[in-house]
Amino acid sequence: MPQYGFHYDAARCTGCKTCEAACRDYHDLPIDITYRHVYEMEGGSFSKDANGCWVTDSFTYYVSFACQHCDHPACTKVCPTGAMHKDDQGFVSVNTERCIGCGYCAMSCPYNAPTVDRSLGHSVKCDGCKDRVAQGQNPICVDACTQRAITFGLVEDLAPSDSRADVAPLPDPALTGPNLYIVSCDAYRPHGDSSVHVANKPEVK
Amino acid sequence: MSQSASMTRRSFMKAAGATGALAAVGASAGTLFSPAPDAAHAEPEDKVVYQHCAVDCGGQCVLKMHIKDGELAYVESDTSGDSGFGEGFQPRACLRGRSIRQWLNGPDRLNYPMKRVEGTKRGDGQYERISWDEAIDLIASEFTRIVSTYGNEAVYCQECSGIEQNYMTRTPIRRLFNLCGGQIDRYGSYSSASITFGVYPYVYGKSGWGARSFKTLQEGELVVMFGNAPSDTRMSGDGAGYDLNVAREQKHVRIISIDPRRSEVCANEGAEWIPIKPGTDGALVAGIAHELIVSDLVDLDFLHTYCVGFDDETLPEGAEPNTSYRAYVMGDGYDHVEKTPAWASAITLIPEARIVQLAHEIAAADPCFICQGWGPQRRTNGDSGSRAIMILPLLVGQVGKPGTNSGGREGNNGYDPDDLSMSSGDNPVKAKFPLFLWPEVIKNGDKLTAENAGIQGADKLTCGIKMMVNFGNNTMAGQGADINKTTEILKDESLCEFIVSYDVNFTDSCNYADLILPDLAVQETYSMTTQGDCNDTKGIWMGDPIGEPKYERREVYEVFGEVAKKLGVYDEYSAGGLSREGWRRKVYDDFREKHSELPTYDEAVAQGAVKEGYPADAGIDPYFDDPEANPLKTETGKIQIYSPKLAEYAATWTLPEGDAIYPVPVYVPGYDGPESATDEYPLQLTGFHTKGTVHSTYACNEVLHKMSEPSVWINPIDAAERSISDGDEVAVTSAQGELRTKAKVTNRVMPGVLAMGQGYWHKADMAGDKVDHGGCLNTLTSLHPNTISKGTGQHSVLAQISKAGA
Repeated sequence: MPQYGFHYDAARCTGCKTCEAACRDYHDLPIDITYRHVYEMEGGSFSKDANGCWVTDSFTYYVSFACQHCDHPACTKVCPTGAMHKDDQGFVSVNTERCIGCGYCAMSCPYNAPTVDRSLGHSVKCDGCKDRVAQGQNPICVDACTQRAITFGLVEDLAPSDSRADVAPLPDPALTGPNLYIVSCDAYRPHGDSSVHVANKPEVK
Repeated sequence: MSQSASMTRRSFMKAAGATGALAAVGASAGTLFSPAPDAAHAEPEDKVVYQHCAVDCGGQCVLKMHIKDGELAYVESDTSGDSGFGEGFQPRACLRGRSIRQWLNGPDRLNYPMKRVEGTKRGDGQYERISWDEAIDLIASEFTRIVSTYGNEAVYCQECSGIEQNYMTRTPIRRLFNLCGGQIDRYGSYSSASITFGVYPYVYGKSGWGARSFKTLQEGELVVMFGNAPSDTRMSGDGAGYDLNVAREQKHVRIISIDPRRSEVCANEGAEWIPIKPGTDGALVAGIAHELIVSDLVDLDFLHTYCVGFDDETLPEGAEPNTSYRAYVMGDGYDHVEKTPAWASAITLIPEARIVQLAHEIAAADPCFICQGWGPQRRTNGDSGSRAIMILPLLVGQVGKPGTNSGGREGNNGYDPDDLSMSSGDNPVKAKFPLFLWPEVIKNGDKLTAENAGIQGADKLTCGIKMMVNFGNNTMAGQGADINKTTEILKDESLCEFIVSYDVNFTDSCNYADLILPDLAVQETYSMTTQGDCNDTKGIWMGDPIGEPKYERREVYEVFGEVAKKLGVYDEYSAGGLSREGWRRKVYDDFREKHSELPTYDEAVAQGAVKEGYPADAGIDPYFDDPEANPLKTETGKIQIYSPKLAEYAATWTLPEGDAIYPVPVYVPGYDGPESATDEYPLQLTGFHTKGTVHSTYACNEVLHKMSEPSVWINPIDAAERSISDGDEVAVTSAQGELRTKAKVTNRVMPGVLAMGQGYWHKADMAGDKVDHGGCLNTLTSLHPNTISKGTGQHSVLAQISKAGA
């Protein structure tokens, strides 16, 4: 079975959310559902020096991700009907006829990839733009990125020096084997680092 | 528009049926778990139409509109040619362009001409539908009446910074008025009036002189940016943010950002952020200059050869002794205070050691690229602060050489959009006013002179604005300063007698119009534009209508053609009956005569995006080969650290109390500036460009609100003092008004400073408490202009914040 993955050059990312916007537009998503997430993370603080001037050790970084189409997806394990499955192209997909909308997948996924669209009555998620991929195109988010920070392909073709996503707020990559490979940037903190917090909660919830 | 939320059984069956098609191309086979095709794209497309964003971010990115069943289904951007980072030239649209479908189909669209209900007042928001015939009659008759009563100087077509970057838009109205005796004109913009009209002319004699793009950066060099956030403000895939990002990765440039706010370039890209108290750039530069002088690091050869006024040795004739910049910095002149780094530190709140280090870093860097955005000049002391930044690279001889910049904004080259535009003709009225003063021109037009209001082309104005056409702008109750005061002026019908709003959406500004006209969006008609007037690329984008006009929306050229018929000038207006598309062909063909590299018109239309490549370097100005033989257009012919003209203005102009002009860039705090905080308004509030809007365009798009929530940024230290938590509803007040928005508690803004994205639409009960609930920054800004340029000082606001209802 082939395995596709996303590659993300974090140092190039400006947090602009064009990837998310393009995804929302192409998949015609309702406003409260997004397949791609851009987290703004923040740490550090300001303090006054002896002369009343401001010094800071604060930092900010962005992490953009969709479904990682994991090697060992959490969502497929908990799906009671088998609707959530890894298809023969390696994409984690929803069989909408089987899905009963129970939401276990949404609860189990550490990346918040699946969501139950209550108006449809079943789970929805990033499908890797498989219709585009089948036609030899990239997922819509990849070609949208103004900074060419996101690429996509068979994992064996992705840059070998890059590692699986290990950055807060994402979980330990050992959990599910995410097919998200990252070139890190200086500000990044590893998974579980408690010195950073999500700075744009209303935008990602 | 089929939303997935309302997917019907029929569309589901179509989606299911398409599984076979996907299987047929070999992507998957018919197992029980075969992938469900994307429902949104199961049906074949009708066509792909090239269009572009037509807004004022400087980008003008290409949009490829995918049409299905006659409706826009989704948007792509340019995907042609090489897409590699730093190799490809793809004007990729940002999140705003990619969300244009919701905007085009939004609930705020205007559909019919409307006039204010008789007996109601401006601001009441009571409108009734009328016919286009009645609307056109009304424009023609009011124009005739006002011109015959007051003269053509009483007629004004308001600036629109967005859709005018297009071969046609806005010019039809101006063209018609010019054919009928003319109109009062303005100079400057809300974007860059101060640096363009209050700084560049007095330093280099010409706006943009010496500026280079980030594409010209050299291996390993230092980039120092003041109030410049290219990854926020130039977001296009061929924009300045991209160029700087490429240079960071591929040329290993080091970036320092001096800004009250941590902009995007200081996030993942890793630029160093030096937080600075807003409006104190002039003090920082003076402190750096002091360190350079006492450390013998100034480039005296450069200063004495190419510049006047650094020290008394090169002061121009007639200048008083001890009026040089060096005399100011060393305490020999002006206020006789030595501008040590410690002095600058106390004003800027940047630690003294960092200022000293910065001076040495700048002196050691060769080349060094020093630039500023348009934030510093958009303060009430912007003329002096921006000019101080501009002279910093001169002190170390870092202007003119490869890898350097003018100290102004980074430069760009490419096709000039003004050259690819229908002409608006000659305006018989010669008087011009500084744009920012338009409410004052309405109120006190006949009192405004060259000396008290920067009137150009005439000594004074003869009357106020009596007819104002707002085309494609939300200035009246949105983008202009001090909405509460401005709308009071607009409500007085004895001042401006006839106001038209002609727009795509029903903005709050429309509520002050007597006549509202529904426009087609640029994407719904014929368009043509250049690569974006802030991009260092070269291209022409064609746009065809994405569909038939809906409701009674009509585009401006045709509508003002109808007015031209009433006024008897249609033949001249339309150059013998040209259609909007006919003008596109004519303008393109005329342009192509001077640009033989371009394809034919028909080829260009078929191509959609005509990309001619990267201009990159502007070369070295001949001034540096021989300054005597190639003088600049300044008063002295040289680069001016000291401007004789400003010395003259200081003596002759009438200025508001507290404002001052100096021949060298003396630090002045300015009105409502860094030294004016009170117990009532202890915080400085500054606007910034958010990714969720382009000024007020797209600001009604709820998808963009979701991705970039309107908010006020507040440092955790200030928030804690007020018991404000992240996400709290807060009240922000200034002497001008009050608004409600959400607090974003973040270390991305320094303590003592609030920051708000500008552009969100004003939403207030103007007959009641006038409290804005739209998060519209201009509820709080003031009408106090800059001193020299009379440009906007909207970033100078003193404010207070509290939990709403507390």
